[in-house]
Amino acid sequence: MTIHHGRGFACINYPIGMNLGGDPSQALVHATPDGKFKVALSSIDLGQGIKSVGRQLAAETLGVPVEDVYVDTADSDTGPHDMGSFASRGTHRMGNAIIRAATEARRQMLEAAGEELEVDAADLVTDGRGNIHVKGAPSRSITVEDTAIAAQFTQGRTLAGRGIFLVPLSEVDADTGEMTPVSSFAHAALIVDLTVDDETGEVEVTAINSAYEVGRALNPKLVEQQLIGGAWMGVAHALYETTEPNYPDRAHGPEDFNHYLQPGPGDVVPHHISVLERPAPDAPFGGKGPGEMCANPVLPAIANGVFNAVGVECDSLPITPEKVLRGLRANGGARPQGTPGR
Amino acid sequence: MVVEYRKDLFADERADDFDVVGKPILRQDILGHVTGRSPFYDDHLFDGLLHMRCVRSPHHHARIRSVDASGAERMAGVVKVLSARDVPVNVNTLLSLINFGRDDEPLLATDKVSYVGQPILAIVATSVRAAEAAVQAVRVDYEELPFVLDVEEALKPEAPVVNAEYPNNTFDYADTYDHQKLRFGDVDKGFAEADHIVEATYQMSPIEQAPIETCGAIAAPETNDRITVYTSTQGLFFSVGVTAKQLDLNSARLHFIGGTVGGGFGGKVDSHHEPLAALACLATGKPVKYMWDRAEEMQVGAPRGGERWKIKDGVARDGRILARMFTGFFDAGAFTRLSSYAVQKSTGHLPGPYSIPNVASNVYCVYTNRTPSTAMRGFGITACDFAIERHMDKVARAVGMDPIELRILNAYRDGDMKAHRRAAKNCALIESCQVVAQKTGWALSGEAMRASSKIGGGEGALGLIPETVIDEEGRIGERRRTGLGPEPDAGQGARRRLPQGHSAHNSSAFGNAPQREDMAAEQERSGFKAPMAPTAPAPKPAEPAPVAPPAAAAPVTGGPSLPSAYTARPAASLPTPPEPPRPAPTAAAPPPPPPQPEDPARPHFQRAVKRPGVSRFLSGTRRR
Amino acid sequence: MKTPITFTLNGEEAAVFVDPGGNLLDVLRRGCGDLSPKYGCGQGGCGACTVMIDGEAHIACLTLAETVAGRRVDTAGGLADGPDLHPLQIAFMEGFAAQCGYCTPGMLMAAKALLDRNPNPTRAEVDEAISGNLCRCTGYEPIIDAILEAAKHRGAA
Repeated sequence: MTIHHGRGFACINYPIGMNLGGDPSQALVHATPDGKFKVALSSIDLGQGIKSVGRQLAAETLGVPVEDVYVDTADSDTGPHDMGSFASRGTHRMGNAIIRAATEARRQMLEAAGEELEVDAADLVTDGRGNIHVKGAPSRSITVEDTAIAAQFTQGRTLAGRGIFLVPLSEVDADTGEMTPVSSFAHAALIVDLTVDDETGEVEVTAINSAYEVGRALNPKLVEQQLIGGAWMGVAHALYETTEPNYPDRAHGPEDFNHYLQPGPGDVVPHHISVLERPAPDAPFGGKGPGEMCANPVLPAIANGVFNAVGVECDSLPITPEKVLRGLRANGGARPQGTPGR
Repeated sequence: MVVEYRKDLFADERADDFDVVGKPILRQDILGHVTGRSPFYDDHLFDGLLHMRCVRSPHHHARIRSVDASGAERMAGVVKVLSARDVPVNVNTLLSLINFGRDDEPLLATDKVSYVGQPILAIVATSVRAAEAAVQAVRVDYEELPFVLDVEEALKPEAPVVNAEYPNNTFDYADTYDHQKLRFGDVDKGFAEADHIVEATYQMSPIEQAPIETCGAIAAPETNDRITVYTSTQGLFFSVGVTAKQLDLNSARLHFIGGTVGGGFGGKVDSHHEPLAALACLATGKPVKYMWDRAEEMQVGAPRGGERWKIKDGVARDGRILARMFTGFFDAGAFTRLSSYAVQKSTGHLPGPYSIPNVASNVYCVYTNRTPSTAMRGFGITACDFAIERHMDKVARAVGMDPIELRILNAYRDGDMKAHRRAAKNCALIESCQVVAQKTGWALSGEAMRASSKIGGGEGALGLIPETVIDEEGRIGERRRTGLGPEPDAGQGARRRLPQGHSAHNSSAFGNAPQREDMAAEQERSGFKAPMAPTAPAPKPAEPAPVAPPAAAAPVTGGPSLPSAYTARPAASLPTPPEPPRPAPTAAAPPPPPPQPEDPARPHFQRAVKRPGVSRFLSGTRRR
Repeated sequence: MKTPITFTLNGEEAAVFVDPGGNLLDVLRRGCGDLSPKYGCGQGGCGACTVMIDGEAHIACLTLAETVAGRRVDTAGGLADGPDLHPLQIAFMEGFAAQCGYCTPGMLMAAKALLDRNPNPTRAEVDEAISGNLCRCTGYEPIIDAILEAAKHRGAA
């Protein structure tokens, strides 16, 4: 038996935001009497972190500390309409709606502060620490808390905002496929190193080197969560997962995790990630949702690496030991292709 | 793991001076997660909670002769047996909420079942165990029917009809074709000019989303004649809308609470649990939980579909891809769910992140007798990218070229015209390739390392919509009669040519949502340093490669020597046809239609259509 | 016929009636109102319901409830000491080791059982200890790192 080393490459782009549009998201922002802000949504947090990213987007736009903002989601009585958390649309659509709602609330906050300071609201800035002051004159300032109290208890003014973000629906031409699918794309390129055992047919991924272009990492730790977990899922898809192992035959579908295989904690692959940020013009602060695209390049890169290692074309997923062994037999043994890029 | 941020790249387009954005702030929900107090849907306790289990089809395809639930109804703990007759609007399709597609899927089966696991009855009992025992006691008399499990078999004239609403086993696009077409340029011309033809077929396996929390909902009576529904849905108002429609309820009576979900990955978008749980709640006046067990999640829950992709490339010997043709099959299973949408999403994605002057595709949403498939992470794209990126390696081998160099040579750049007739912008494929090559010591030529997404885009013909050959093959029902092959070049019928530059001026400008004035964001605080003006094709800058090698300097020379065509953009050397529309060269073709100037006032879609039986939640009409 | 049992749950006495064949997960969640152990499969395959029984990690969904009578059961719901978080909880928070959070309580208990018997585990020992706990979001690496980090900073817990 021989362990063959292989290296595979793949690169992809991914459409950000629900294809063809027509999918509004709405957000409401309002202040408590002491100048803390609530963001009401009906977005779903499945772990991707819309509660957290939404909070950061609202705080940044309002110009207040992140601890002074809380995102409340999802209750259909209080959160306005949102299409949902899918199709890489959460950050793009809801993020934009939150920015708009927070922009309106900020405008009212600065007007209220201007009235208290007896200056034009346009001359005011926030310091991100809970204060509003005159541009270039930090001593002429008022706290957000005092502004909120004054606005609501003496001026009779709300500090609230509504936001909606709607990309109009695009038609799809029946004859040419002409359409406006989305407004921005995320990108990735990835190199996988792996080994193939020509006796057992087993493929082991030994290293992943990736570059992911995400527009802007709105919270770098949340982006890393997606990229690391997504690449893991890519390995799982490529080598293990299927509900129908004999597809299109329907027999032998797994009904538990003993038969539905995924890599476990002992199979963690060293992963070196480079994050690139080319902000997208209509995305919130340029950020493109990284959650869906991150697994995609892993699948073909592994298949390409298996070919590089032993010369077996794996064009159907998952790449099971059986398929590798059948390919080796058909080829009369392993045919290593040499290290690419040398 | 190591994570590095290449802030040096695209720094000129990005402001990085924010207080909160871009900062590694702890998750808002993390304290709840680590203390076990985050409220998932199943974390709401009710006295007298009832549980639901379904009687499911053991057959791929069968007529239901009779159902006898009398034994089950008498069993201890059984409170209610629900059948299709109890559902006010039994048949629905998820995307009816955006008026895309026809209602084709019963909540509970009536006269026939079309996949193993399809629900027929929903049994409500005081415990899961009592409900499961009652399920076993139901007698269903089936007449088994011929079934089809393979997407290409399903397209054959003799294939059994899976879904009566779509008797050709394909979703209907634009009320015209049995597939979604993409036509850009002339693939036959590209193949004729090519030095190599590379063809292959790729198959994605069905995959389970496998969230650790299984799908489900708890519906409980609320004071004031409402129903509270705790749900794992990924789309709160999708679930509200579907429930209101299928139960024929005023949505003001529905109070849905969710938002804290134990993983979804696309598997929690189908909104099947909420209507059944709410129906049972109405029928019993008690709180009812409908939560899948793991076996249901894996075999009844909709998986990522088994897509099949065929690709044919025509390639010049210098590595430029001159033509690319796709035939794609989305295995929808027995009902549409979201596969119809994925077909269009993938069509908009073709031919991948590359600028190819001639592209054609036929993509089908095919019905087979298997569990309906639905969304999963990368929906519509994952399998397509697997096929494209496997294929790129085969093309590289065919022309004897480094696989990354091949990608950079063909990569799309700002200003290139994409096959869906919109210009590319904000591209970063080339830079991503360079970064990853550099850090692994994968040697690329100097040209490849100097290439940039911002340079050379839209040069010559690359920025234009080419003269395009179109056809009218694959009309709805045609395949049933003729056995026409699925590929874009399968038929012998008439071809027409659309002139260069033809665009239907489709709705919505690329990338610019026309927001109402009061909904405009403040541009100066949006994080963009420079206006995103398209980069004029400028002479190559003299400065070093845009990817400045850090400490571990990667070799930027020494790659394989490339033909001189390499430095030019792939299709820039192709002739730019300057003429106005030409008549079709094929004698058999009908005379070209008179030019149809676009009427900007003509609406391409309708909004807020109200018609009987249509959801109250319509947000627009997508042309079918 | 229901059986009355008593046991210690997170340091306090619990008394419940259990159904014959009833499992510990149901009893903890419905009977005791401790919602921290989660249902993921009911087959012992995912570990989301992991709790500690007399100091050892157990799968609650496969544990007959009657067998914990008179024993000590600890769950993630009792991991913090009032407002003071356990070092594992802090490490999971700061290490971004949770996304959807559904596997987190089970992971924490599997990890606690490990650190209680082996305060300085190797990476391989951590892998082994959580090998019965599935996570679909994180790719495991942040979880493993967080457990190792907690071991490093763990005081007298």
